[in-house]
Amino acid sequence: MKARVYVTLKPSVFDPQGRVVADALVTLGYQEVQDVRQGKFFEVELAATDAVTAKARVTEMADKLLANPVIESYRVEVLP
Amino acid sequence: MKFAVVVFPGSNSDHDAFYAASEVIGEDAALVWHKDTDLQGADVVILPGGFAHGDYLRTGAIARFSPIMSAVKAFADRGGPVLGICNGFQVLLEAGLLPGAMVRNDRIKFVSRLVPVRVEQTDTPFTAACASTQVLHMPVAHGEGNYYADPDTLAEIEAHRQVVFRYSNAAGEVSPASNPNGSLNSIAGICNRQRNVVGLMPHPERATEAQLGSADGRVILASAVKSLASLAGR
Repeated sequence: MKARVYVTLKPSVFDPQGRVVADALVTLGYQEVQDVRQGKFFEVELAATDAVTAKARVTEMADKLLANPVIESYRVEVLP
Repeated sequence: MKFAVVVFPGSNSDHDAFYAASEVIGEDAALVWHKDTDLQGADVVILPGGFAHGDYLRTGAIARFSPIMSAVKAFADRGGPVLGICNGFQVLLEAGLLPGAMVRNDRIKFVSRLVPVRVEQTDTPFTAACASTQVLHMPVAHGEGNYYADPDTLAEIEAHRQVVFRYSNAAGEVSPASNPNGSLNSIAGICNRQRNVVGLMPHPERATEAQLGSADGRVILASAVKSLASLAGR
């Protein structure tokens, strides 16, 4: 079973990297770009069969290690 | 009196800290490998600067799992003085020994220069020999030194006088212009509620002799000696 974890800075935390990327996109001619928030993406391979348990376990992993809850929020998806 | 300097894979200021403690301050010092589990009877623990575990995932995020960190945490819980410098500060934040987190510097740049820092509190083991509001010139060298805490935590830190150092100008005035990285409230260093664990982004161990551009950092380590001596004499 595979799980995906998306980690992003909380909206209240300034993301200077995302800001620089947004400026670069505008420089490239993508004038419609208003903002970019940069994050992290994890694919976790699991020896598990139950999606509900898997999601609970991966959420715990995200909370304990993959994200720093002080500055980041996360979203967990379990793939069938 | 003995300093223990923890060596993580990727530490790069470990020898500077060891040299500062042993040669400049003249105390016993030991380098302690991160896989060790005891602190060799040290009286003071330093988590040095560098890029522990390559700063993989987040700065300091993997270092908190190093075996030595259980001993560091137990030492801190007993009231032992712990100093985290730069990456060591980031490790203390990730380990939950200090509140808050570090994010990328606000202007993206890796900042590497000598900066003035104002001492805000002198009742910690690492500022006991400082004068109140004394300005110290110490180098910073970091890409992620932008201190962040949510508004409630920040208010709590300020209310409990846990901000130990703030970025300032040479006259000790704190303003956005003297803030090199965007840290909230110009925070350069903080302590825990018990005041025995201190973390700061500037490098006192790289500013211990005039040849290095500043000897102001010496007082941080000398403070540890002074504060332990006064504890022993009590």
